[in-house]
Amino acid sequence: MQLTNRSKQVSNKEMTMAEKMYLPAIISGLGITIRHFFRKKPTIQYPEVKKYLGPIYRGHHVLKRDEQGRERCTACGLCAVACPAEAISMVAAEREKGEENLYREEKYAAVYEINMLRCIFCGLCEEACPKQAVYLRHDRMVPVFLERDEVIYGKERLVEKADDRYVRVANSEVKTTPTEPSLTRAAT
Amino acid sequence: MDLTVLLVKGLIILVIFGITLLIATYSTYAERKVAAFLQDRIGPNRAGPWGLLQPIADAGKMFFKEDFIPSQASKWLFILGPCLAMLTALMSSAVIPFGDSIKFGDYTIPLQAIEINIGVLYIFGVVSLGVYGIMVGGWASNNKFSLLGAIRAASQNISYEIALGLSMIAILMMTGSLSVRAIVDQQATFFEWNIFTQPLGFIIFLTCAFAECNRTPFDLPECETELVGGYHTEYSSMKLGFYLFSEYINMFVSSAFISALYFGGFHYPFMTEVSAALEKGLGVIAGHNVATAIGTVFFFGKIFFFIFFFMWVRWTLPRFRYDQLMNLGWKTLIPLAILNVVITGAGLLYDFKYATWSIAFVMIGMAVVSMARTPKQPQAVPQRV
Repeated sequence: MQLTNRSKQVSNKEMTMAEKMYLPAIISGLGITIRHFFRKKPTIQYPEVKKYLGPIYRGHHVLKRDEQGRERCTACGLCAVACPAEAISMVAAEREKGEENLYREEKYAAVYEINMLRCIFCGLCEEACPKQAVYLRHDRMVPVFLERDEVIYGKERLVEKADDRYVRVANSEVKTTPTEPSLTRAAT
Repeated sequence: MDLTVLLVKGLIILVIFGITLLIATYSTYAERKVAAFLQDRIGPNRAGPWGLLQPIADAGKMFFKEDFIPSQASKWLFILGPCLAMLTALMSSAVIPFGDSIKFGDYTIPLQAIEINIGVLYIFGVVSLGVYGIMVGGWASNNKFSLLGAIRAASQNISYEIALGLSMIAILMMTGSLSVRAIVDQQATFFEWNIFTQPLGFIIFLTCAFAECNRTPFDLPECETELVGGYHTEYSSMKLGFYLFSEYINMFVSSAFISALYFGGFHYPFMTEVSAALEKGLGVIAGHNVATAIGTVFFFGKIFFFIFFFMWVRWTLPRFRYDQLMNLGWKTLIPLAILNVVITGAGLLYDFKYATWSIAFVMIGMAVVSMARTPKQPQAVPQRV
């Protein structure tokens, strides 16, 4: 099987006189390494400089509101079923009178929790959701946690704020795939 | 000896001591930086600007780690090992002339810790003591891997010291003196630098210097794929730090020694013209001192180049196998060094300094002929399955 065309056949032949002197090979080797010395380094200084990870990166979860600011989630539980890590749990409740501007439908999630230690950021909850309520946003990551009690994210940290709406670039607007160099190199 | 001279001498010794330590400290930083650059990385850049405080952070870490002595180890020898390694490493820079001389008043003081007429012998003696640090440390650890590493170090150092000494003999024959300063002074004009008169000797000396410093490609004593950590497997904290540090001091000293023996020391092209012009412009004493300073700067430039070269080779070449190491030392370098001595002697008989180039030309010719005579290997055809 050939994976690349750079493979070289190894032979066990007797070395020639020039090869036994080592020096020509050593000098050519030194030439190769010194060329790398002056090459531009691809390192990105991470905490200061962050790379754009592409429009379909799966980061921080968000529970979407609709255009009028009502929560879209109806606590159907499909995301919890789809979740392979069993990170999602929720408690459903019925909408009361006067809460129509808070919840879009008659049933809503009174409690919606994601255990960030269990979550593997596979995005299956996003795919399972029939109401387009749960998304993994591409522009923000779950921050590092230092304490156990910071691990379970409730609604207060998941539901999107009215002044901080999450907009994902529509798929038709995405020009290049994120693996293409033009997009990945663009550090933001 | 005059008190002033004594004071100035003491000052010079202290300064050389300090510079040796400083350069060794920053060699660790340079090593990491050079390694990173050769591997398309950036290297340490968090501690201070460009990571310049990194060596201090490393030293702090080393000091605060637990200083562990294994219960079965021979305690005093275990402590003595790193001390010996450090001591011998620091002693050897004493006879290297870092510059011409300083003049003040009626005094002329050579820029050198001690000027002895057997400087080369002194360095050889101290360097051959250096193996004791490794040997004692490896043996006292009471650990198989440490002992194997120490034995390897000892046998390697002993084998390569022979070729090192033999390649030196050719230079001693040309100079007729064992004093390092005399060897440096003999290379006053550019084309009489020993690199031009002794090209083969230089290559042998350089290779042996790599082996003596236990640097890649000859770092078998600490070959981590075979021996865990080699002779310093059991060491921790600053004792380990001393071992690593003495390696960098050795690297600095051997770079200085190579530049002094083969690259004219503090000499540089058009040196006499420059110093004459300076003495004319600034007065005899000030001009002479400034010229000395320029020479010292050039000397340190050469030293830094060789330290860089040590690192450059380290990150280019893989490690030799043990039998390859011994074959190279005994079957290649020692005969070549003896041949070098013989040819140099024959050249000196007819007052011709560049005689050893004949060996180099013959070797190049043999290489070219053998290249031409080998049947062309068919290009490896990629196999498809």
